[in-house]
Amino acid sequence: MDWEQIFTGARDAAYLGSIVLFILALGGLSHPETARRGNLYGILGMSVALIATLAFITGNHVLLVGGLVAGGATGFVLARRVQMTQMPELVAILHSLVGLAAVLVGFATFLDVDGHQYDGAEKTIHDVEIYLGILIGAVTFSGSVIAFLKLSGRIGGKPLTLPARHWLNLGLLIVTIVVGVIFVRQSADGEGLQPLLIMTVIALLFGIHMVMAIGGADMPVVVSMLNSYSGWAAAATGFMLNNNLLIVVGALVGSSGAILSYIMCRAMNRKFLAVIAGGFGSSGGKVAAGAAGEQGEAVSITAEETAEVMAEAREVMIIPGYGMAVAQAQHTVNEMTKALRGKGVNVRFGIHPVAGRMPGHMNVLLAEAKVPYDIVFEMDEINDDFPDIDVSVVIGANDIVNPSALDEPDSPIAGMPVLECWKGKTTIVLKRSMATGYAGVENPLFFKENTRMLFGDARESLESVLKALVS
Amino acid sequence: MVRPSGTWVADSSEQMQIGIPNETYEGECRVATTPEVAEHLQKLGFTVAVESGAGEAASFPDAVYRAAGVQVMEDAAELWSSSDIIFKVRAPQGDEIGRLNEGKILVSFIWPAQNEELMKELAATGGTVMAMDSVPRISRAQKLDALSSMANIAGYRAVVEAAQHFGRFFTGQITAAGKVPPAKVLVIGAGVAGLAAIGAARSMGAIVRAFDTRPEVKEQVESMAAEFLMLDFEDDEDGAGEGGYAKVMSEAFIKAEMDLFREQAREVDIIITTALIPGKPAPKLILADMVELMREGSVIVDLATEQGGNCELSETGKVVVKHGVTLVGYTDLPSRLAAQSSQLYGTNLRHLLTDLSPEKDGTVDVNMEDEVIRGTTVIKDGEITWPPPAPKLSAAPRKEEAEKEPPPSDPEPARKPTALGAVIPLVLGGLALLGLGAVAPDIFMEQFTVFILACFVGYMVIWNVTPALHTPLMSVTNAISSIIIIGALLQISSGSNWIMWLAAVAILITSVNIVGGFAVTRRMLEMFRRE
Repeated sequence: MDWEQIFTGARDAAYLGSIVLFILALGGLSHPETARRGNLYGILGMSVALIATLAFITGNHVLLVGGLVAGGATGFVLARRVQMTQMPELVAILHSLVGLAAVLVGFATFLDVDGHQYDGAEKTIHDVEIYLGILIGAVTFSGSVIAFLKLSGRIGGKPLTLPARHWLNLGLLIVTIVVGVIFVRQSADGEGLQPLLIMTVIALLFGIHMVMAIGGADMPVVVSMLNSYSGWAAAATGFMLNNNLLIVVGALVGSSGAILSYIMCRAMNRKFLAVIAGGFGSSGGKVAAGAAGEQGEAVSITAEETAEVMAEAREVMIIPGYGMAVAQAQHTVNEMTKALRGKGVNVRFGIHPVAGRMPGHMNVLLAEAKVPYDIVFEMDEINDDFPDIDVSVVIGANDIVNPSALDEPDSPIAGMPVLECWKGKTTIVLKRSMATGYAGVENPLFFKENTRMLFGDARESLESVLKALVS
Repeated sequence: MVRPSGTWVADSSEQMQIGIPNETYEGECRVATTPEVAEHLQKLGFTVAVESGAGEAASFPDAVYRAAGVQVMEDAAELWSSSDIIFKVRAPQGDEIGRLNEGKILVSFIWPAQNEELMKELAATGGTVMAMDSVPRISRAQKLDALSSMANIAGYRAVVEAAQHFGRFFTGQITAAGKVPPAKVLVIGAGVAGLAAIGAARSMGAIVRAFDTRPEVKEQVESMAAEFLMLDFEDDEDGAGEGGYAKVMSEAFIKAEMDLFREQAREVDIIITTALIPGKPAPKLILADMVELMREGSVIVDLATEQGGNCELSETGKVVVKHGVTLVGYTDLPSRLAAQSSQLYGTNLRHLLTDLSPEKDGTVDVNMEDEVIRGTTVIKDGEITWPPPAPKLSAAPRKEEAEKEPPPSDPEPARKPTALGAVIPLVLGGLALLGLGAVAPDIFMEQFTVFILACFVGYMVIWNVTPALHTPLMSVTNAISSIIIIGALLQISSGSNWIMWLAAVAILITSVNIVGGFAVTRRMLEMFRRE
């Protein structure tokens, strides 16, 4: 038995081990208690895979170590510095890096003609794998960069709707397929770099255009979709390199992102394709005005009165939305929760799946503010409890508490599951103005008899409420 | 006298004075404005004057009014003559009618339908009269709906009265001396008063049942943890009339209703009736024989005695005992909670004045274009303007509209997915796989197998992830998808410069991702703590 065989055997065993560790890492996330251990499994799995591969490096060690150290240090600093409200941006930019890496590795594989010799069908399949790997990687990269820019507010969140954009997308798709055929033919003759570059440019443009057309509050879907893409890009790279570890990990991540996208779409009662086609929320206003009919008048309330109402309640439900993240109000929310619980009020949180800009965004913000996670509940867990709730406090949320989703079949958000806070005794809505939410739909909740509006910046309002509570 | 319609501006630009006289009605304890409301009125630019002793019965002595900046006047006649706007609770009677004159506005309960004579007399004075009982039933006017405020109080007080005359606990208890069963309360009519009664009785621990001819209130009743009694009745008769009030029902319906009440009378300890039909005598719901069926010591509180009563035996304004059942027929329940009802009524008046004085400059504008003001104004400068034109919008969707809508037609039943439809994609997928397997090399099929299996494993694992951890899930999957680094590691040793540099950049960025992803996940997970 020669040494090389033993080494490759050991390496494949190590890869298998790290596959198992990665699955355990994802499995651990089923509960906050086991999640920390899960993360350690993930780190361990990654280390095993890296060490097993490093043993096969034959040259350029300096560059390798330099890249690892510099990159690792950058990542560490990013992770330490990032604000929890900026998590969606961080996740988006990290996705873009996976996409970019897939593109680079794809090109390197294509250029590496000495690596493997393929013939006939094998050669064709290998070329298609390279082509797909780069394609998915490039879309992920440019799409994530745009998502990052949108989420960090560097460009506006409004959907950009070019005329005939669906035809444009279709055209790009056809061109991509044609260029792909050309690429496979040329590659058989030892060429093909040119069509590969053309496709890369098209894919980058497609990624930009796709995410530009999607509005701010659809970002949870976009972020999880890009998460999914980054997985498929890794899987495609695995096929390209004949590496089962990459294939398995890519498939895990890909299906994870796909499931998240599905959960987000279900929570908005929208079709995935409709979200990706974009343009939502730019034309909803007029529809709503016609369907809503009599709106009545919103009744406002002062911070002091809010404090009084809450202090006298037995059951309080807090419903946070993106507005809480924008106002950075989560710490004040926690202080208020503590004050209320000190007075014997049972405070709980109700989280809608699409609240915020990425899946689980609200949970992370509340966790950051040290709100214990066992009083934070998902929509399905608490939606039936609202009749027993004395006071619901809606902080910077709109569409996710809109009763017309249930009552008005014509509404653009009809059928979307919403938190039915109006079934409680009193609802207090913290809002900056009477503006409509993302979907551009009037919210009849604001005009309900048992709803009171507390206007102003969420953090300032809550601070006054807190002051009134503790005094 | 005729003025241009739609405007009524004070002759002088001075602040208008609001006067609150003593209630002259026998036994009336309420007052139209409390000191707290008076403060708000002054913020709107008005001056407020009150007749000495007006708030006494509602526990608001003159001194408290003075402290709130209200002028206290000894003489009622002087108060009327010096004020531009008069706030009252009960409709004016006797001398008071003559004190209204041109240019003055009187705001009080009037009941124009029942008091035709009074309306004529008031119109003859040339003044303007706004009736708090005629506020249109639309959402915007809810804050000045005094009928609802008073009904709410009456409902609450009805339970208090019942409790006083009922010889037992409301709540069930198990004591050392034995078991106490909870009282059973039947509330008939689930309007504002009925719901208030349900709430009060529930919170005292009684078992509460409620009945109403309008099935849509079922949900409201059940939301207050009371049982909604359904009628065993063939036709779908809906008792909702115009403006959310009840209407007169058919004979067959009433018979079924009576059977239900008869059956309930044997069981319950307390009956509270709140059934009213606008402009009609109250329906007789509890007949003499039902009272006989009730247990000794039971109580009936009839909130409708002023309109003839829901119970045959109850007497207006009195408490009587018949067949061993105490029948409470008070008509002044809100007045028996005078401080509370004065406060709410005063607040209703304040909201009306806010609508009347959009400029907040201490003058009013009786804008007959405004739907709420139009409906409330029953006499405008000596002209009777009651009844108002039908409201444009009703709080509840009107029945006619609902009927006009075509019944849900189903000419095309939804296409059911046929077995064939499910099989075709499977067959096609299978064929595609076969075709792929035939041409693709073994190694590809092997990898493809791994890929599909991994997708399924991912599917199973990810569905178990708690939604609270979706953000950490994304960051950790991000870190592990950077396993692409393996590809770059294998390529960096290449002799080609191009490949080496591409690989080096790939290593750099993926290691950002690996370390960053795991570190930020760790940081987030550390934050998820129990108490």
